[in-house]
Amino acid sequence: MIRSIIRIFFAEWRKLRRPTLLLGTLGAVSFFSVLVSSVLFLMIDSPQGNGDRGVRITREMLSLSNGATQSFSSIGGLLGIVALCVFAAQTAQEYSLGTLRNLLVRQPGRIRILIGKLASMKTFAMVMTLVSAIISIGVSYALAGGKNVSTELWFNGDGRLEIAKTLLNVFLSILGFGIIGMVLGIILRSPISSISLGVLWLLIIENIVGALKSSTLNWLPGNQLSTIATGGSQNVSYSHALSLSAIYVSVALVIATVLFTKRDVSN
Amino acid sequence: MSKLAISVDDLSKKYGTGLAVSHAKFEVPLGTICGFVGPNGAGKTTTIRMLLGLITPTGGNGQILGEPITSPDKYLSSVGAMIEGPAFYPALSGAENLRVLATLGGFPQERVDQLLKQVGLADRGKSKYKTYSLGMKQRLGIAAALLPNPKLLILDEPTNGLDPEGIQEIRQLLRSLADNGTTVFVSSHLLSELELISEYLVMLRKGEVVFAGPIQELFDQQQPFMIVKTEREEDLQKIIEIAQNAGHKAHKRDGTAHIEGPAEWAGVLNKLAFESGILITQLSPQMPNLEETFFELTGDQK
Repeated sequence: MIRSIIRIFFAEWRKLRRPTLLLGTLGAVSFFSVLVSSVLFLMIDSPQGNGDRGVRITREMLSLSNGATQSFSSIGGLLGIVALCVFAAQTAQEYSLGTLRNLLVRQPGRIRILIGKLASMKTFAMVMTLVSAIISIGVSYALAGGKNVSTELWFNGDGRLEIAKTLLNVFLSILGFGIIGMVLGIILRSPISSISLGVLWLLIIENIVGALKSSTLNWLPGNQLSTIATGGSQNVSYSHALSLSAIYVSVALVIATVLFTKRDVSN
Repeated sequence: MSKLAISVDDLSKKYGTGLAVSHAKFEVPLGTICGFVGPNGAGKTTTIRMLLGLITPTGGNGQILGEPITSPDKYLSSVGAMIEGPAFYPALSGAENLRVLATLGGFPQERVDQLLKQVGLADRGKSKYKTYSLGMKQRLGIAAALLPNPKLLILDEPTNGLDPEGIQEIRQLLRSLADNGTTVFVSSHLLSELELISEYLVMLRKGEVVFAGPIQELFDQQQPFMIVKTEREEDLQKIIEIAQNAGHKAHKRDGTAHIEGPAEWAGVLNKLAFESGILITQLSPQMPNLEETFFELTGDQK
C-alpha cells in the first residue's frame, strides 16, 4: 500500500515538474510576492492604505517581531487561487485527456491514486509557500531600510517563531484552496470548468456577498482559508477559520473520494 | 492455474434503460490471438472497460487470468491495455509519458527505451507527445500497453491511423508476442487483418455475443458461395431466379449476384444460364471471408 502510494507520488511529480507548469507557477508566486511586499512598504505613507481592503499597516506595526511576515501572510489568498488552479487542472486533465484510464490500469487502487496525487500536490504547495516566503521576506527586508522600518525584532527568537508560524498558516491556507481545486476537478472533470468556477466563486461571488452582508464573512470558505494565512482577522478568529475550513475541506474530500472511487471511467 | 486468459459469463452493463452489453458469455484461451469485432456501438469498448475494472458491470461475472474482474488489482499487473486509442499528456515527451506509467506500475525505467525502440519511436522519444502524428501516438499507446511485459494484452483498435507498413509491423509484433505466450485480445475494424492473425474470435452485435470460438469453426458454419456477373446487368435477376428455383439462396449485391452453393454447382449454373440465353462473364466460387461472415452475422449492410 505505502509502496504504491510512493510510486504514485513520484509519477505525479514527473508531471508537476515540467518546466511550463513549475516555472510558470513559481513565476506567478514570485510576481504576487514581490507585488504585495512592495505595495506594503512603498505605500506605507499613503492615505489609501497599504494593506488588504485599504487597511493601514504602520511603521510601528511593521517593526514588531511579525513585521517580516506581514506581506507574506497577506499573499495567502492569492497563492491559494494559484494552488486552486494548479490542483484543479492537474486533477481534471486526467479526465479530459483520458489519461485516467491509463493510471487506473497501472494502479487500480483508486484511493491510493487519490492519496498519492494529494501527497505530491501537497509538496508542490510546500514549494510554492517556501518560494513566496523567501521572496516576500527578502523584498520586505530590502525595502524596510529605505522606509525607516526597524528590522531589529524580525529575526530574533520571537521573529523566527513568527516566521515559522506564518509559514505553517500560509501552507495550510494554500493546501485548503488546492484541495478545493482538486475536488472541483474531480466533480466537473474539466480543467476550464473547475478553474472558472473556483476563481469565480473566490474572487467575485465571495467578495460581492461579503460586501453586501458582512456577517457572511464568518462562513464563506475562501475567506476562512485566507484568514488562516493571516493568523486571524478583525471579523474572523483564527480558531474559527481553522475549524470551519477543516469541516469544508473534509466534506469536500469525502465527496471527491466517493466520486473518484465509485464513478465509472467511461471517457 | 486457469487455462483461460479471459472468461465472462452473463456479463451485462446497463445505462439507463438500455443494455450496452447484454448477458455476454465467452472464453479466450491462454496464448492465443483473439479478435473482438462488432459494429460501432456494439459494446466492445464497454466490455473491455469492464474487463479492466474501469466500469462496474450491472450483472454477471468474469475472470481475467483466473482472477475475478471485481478485483482488478489481482491481475492488472500482468495485463497491458490500450483502450479507445492512446491517451497521454501532450506537454510531456513520449519517453516521459512512458516513465510516468513505468514509475506508477513499478517497472524498470530501462524498459522505456527498449519499448520505444520496439515500436519504432527510438528517435522521437524526446519529442513532445503533442507533436506526434496519429500513427506515432498509436505506437506509443502500444508501447505503454507492453510496459508490464503482459501475459494478456488488450488492444482497442491498435492499427488506427497506421500506414500499411505500420499495420504489417503491428501484425508481426502481435504474432511474435503470441508466439512467446502472450494472449492478445484485439478489437479492430480491419477484419482482413484480424482474419490473418486471429485464432479465436468474439463477435458482438447490439451488446450480445453472436459468435465466440475458434475462427475456423465460424467459417465452417458458413456456406460457400459464388459471385456471378453477366454481360447485361438486367440478366442478373434471371440468374437469381434460376438459382432460387434450384433451391439456392441468392441475392444481388454491388452489380453481381451472390449465390450460396458449393463450387461444383458452378458448372450446372453455367449450363442453365446458357440454355436461358444469358452470357456469364464472371463465375467465381468463393469461401466466405471474415468480412462476409461479419455482415452475415451482425446484419450490417456492406
